Amino acid sequence: MTMSPSVITPVSFNRRLKNRVVQGLVWLAFILAVIPLISVIWLVVKNGLARFDTEFLTHSMRNIGARDAGGGAYHAILGTLEQVGLATLISVPVGLLTAIYLVEYGQGRRLARSISFFVDVMTGIPSVVAGLFILAFWVLVLGLGYSGFAGALALSILMMPTVVRSTEEMLRLVPNELREASYALGVPKWKTILRIVLPTAFTGIITGIMLAIARVAGETAPLLLTVFITDSINTDPFTGPQMGLPLYIFDQMGRPNDTAIDRAWAGALTLILFVMLLNLAARIIAWWRSPAKGR
Amino acid sequence: MAKQIEVSDLDAYYGSHKAIEGITMTVEPRSVTAFIGPSGCGKSTFLRTLNRMHEVIPGARVQGKIMLEDQDLYDKDVDPVSVRRTVGMVFQRPNPFPTMSIFDNVAAGLRLNGRISKSEAQGIVETSLKDANLWNEVKDRLNKPGSGLSGGQQQRLCIARAIAVSPAVLLMDEPCSALDPISTLAIEDLIAKLKNDYTIVIVTHNMQQAARVSDRTAFFNLAGQGQPGKLVEMDETSKIFTNPTQKATEDYITGRFG
Repeated sequence: MTMSPSVITPVSFNRRLKNRVVQGLVWLAFILAVIPLISVIWLVVKNGLARFDTEFLTHSMRNIGARDAGGGAYHAILGTLEQVGLATLISVPVGLLTAIYLVEYGQGRRLARSISFFVDVMTGIPSVVAGLFILAFWVLVLGLGYSGFAGALALSILMMPTVVRSTEEMLRLVPNELREASYALGVPKWKTILRIVLPTAFTGIITGIMLAIARVAGETAPLLLTVFITDSINTDPFTGPQMGLPLYIFDQMGRPNDTAIDRAWAGALTLILFVMLLNLAARIIAWWRSPAKGR
Repeated sequence: MAKQIEVSDLDAYYGSHKAIEGITMTVEPRSVTAFIGPSGCGKSTFLRTLNRMHEVIPGARVQGKIMLEDQDLYDKDVDPVSVRRTVGMVFQRPNPFPTMSIFDNVAAGLRLNGRISKSEAQGIVETSLKDANLWNEVKDRLNKPGSGLSGGQQQRLCIARAIAVSPAVLLMDEPCSALDPISTLAIEDLIAKLKNDYTIVIVTHNMQQAARVSDRTAFFNLAGQGQPGKLVEMDETSKIFTNPTQKATEDYITGRFG
């Protein structure tokens, strides 16, 4: 049975059926994807709230006996802030400048191609390996010992490729016409990058950096190898072992008491809140700098 | 201050591909010169050699000589950035800076090229916007983003931005091809006004537009696929459109090809 193409027909039953089936599958996939997310949040909030109090946020684990309740994650929060902060300070400038080189200056040169290749390789480095590298190089060979800074170095190895890739993508999204418009005004290239290209890509770059921070904030293995573990507050990230929230969770979880397990859950909740706050901050910065705001 | 441009025996390349060949012409100051010709004949490429924007593309290079009054634009010691400060450009698609307000867009060239006082900037922005026939439409929303304007307004904003740095020459690469007829008319009126102060070169695909706005017209063509574009003839606009010397020009303007 052939139909002439000029006849307008209603949507066939067959197509309606296929449409329904595919729609159903898409919904199913969506629900499947959301179930773990919701259940993780639910579980962490439910179990974490038990110990999520001011004492938890303002006290360390120093002099807390094995079976004692109380104690907190202040030393871990502080450590995470310092380690992640230092890692950001190291990897963002390097990553940003690398991405600028790749997009604005490299363009098909051999150096740019090889950098691009090694960034890809770095993206695939397992976090333990980054930790092992810093352990071997910084802690053992140079003999500088465990410190928050060693952890920051390991984290920045993990952060750098993410920052480079996301920044690179954002810079490529900036239309070439804007660069040309700037050149045509007699603006030098470096100033064009600084004043036109980077501000245009700003929100995207910030989002990428925040995602990179969020990614490393939860890393445990590299910190275990470089920062070690402590129950005391150590405000100096350059000397002596520190704590970090992932380490805290790992440590408390391994202790055989319900009070410790409760602290581990509260630590997990703190970590999730930390990452969410970072994302919120990124959104606010993005909104504040968005050109559409004034419209 | 308008200046004369003298081009002699100019070739431009993209890598090993020769895009235009052997172009020699004089562009008169305080007048409008139109470049017409079929797509791909190198008009835009040639236009971009006039302010050294051609070499911005990787692998692109130029051979030959362009004199702006008594200055050789391609002299070894000449800074291409300073050439672009003297020879401004307006592009095919309006491209205001999206992160900047209308005011900042117009002031961009001044600010990015050096420090300038607020009051000085204010004066220049106002005159530039007035010269671009845009002042009355935007004077109440100077701090709103430039991307919120209509296409025609955006293009006039780009013209205001280009003339704010007071160049000697203004190059326009099909400035109306993305605009509706009313905006096109506004820009054409503006071109007629600007030619009192600037040397204007405009690339256009619209022959009526060339006939309406320009004093002199240059017709470009290419001998065949893959061959470099060449200048076929250049003369008073009225002569090109009524009595061209070359057969190819006549064929093109009467619509027999292209």
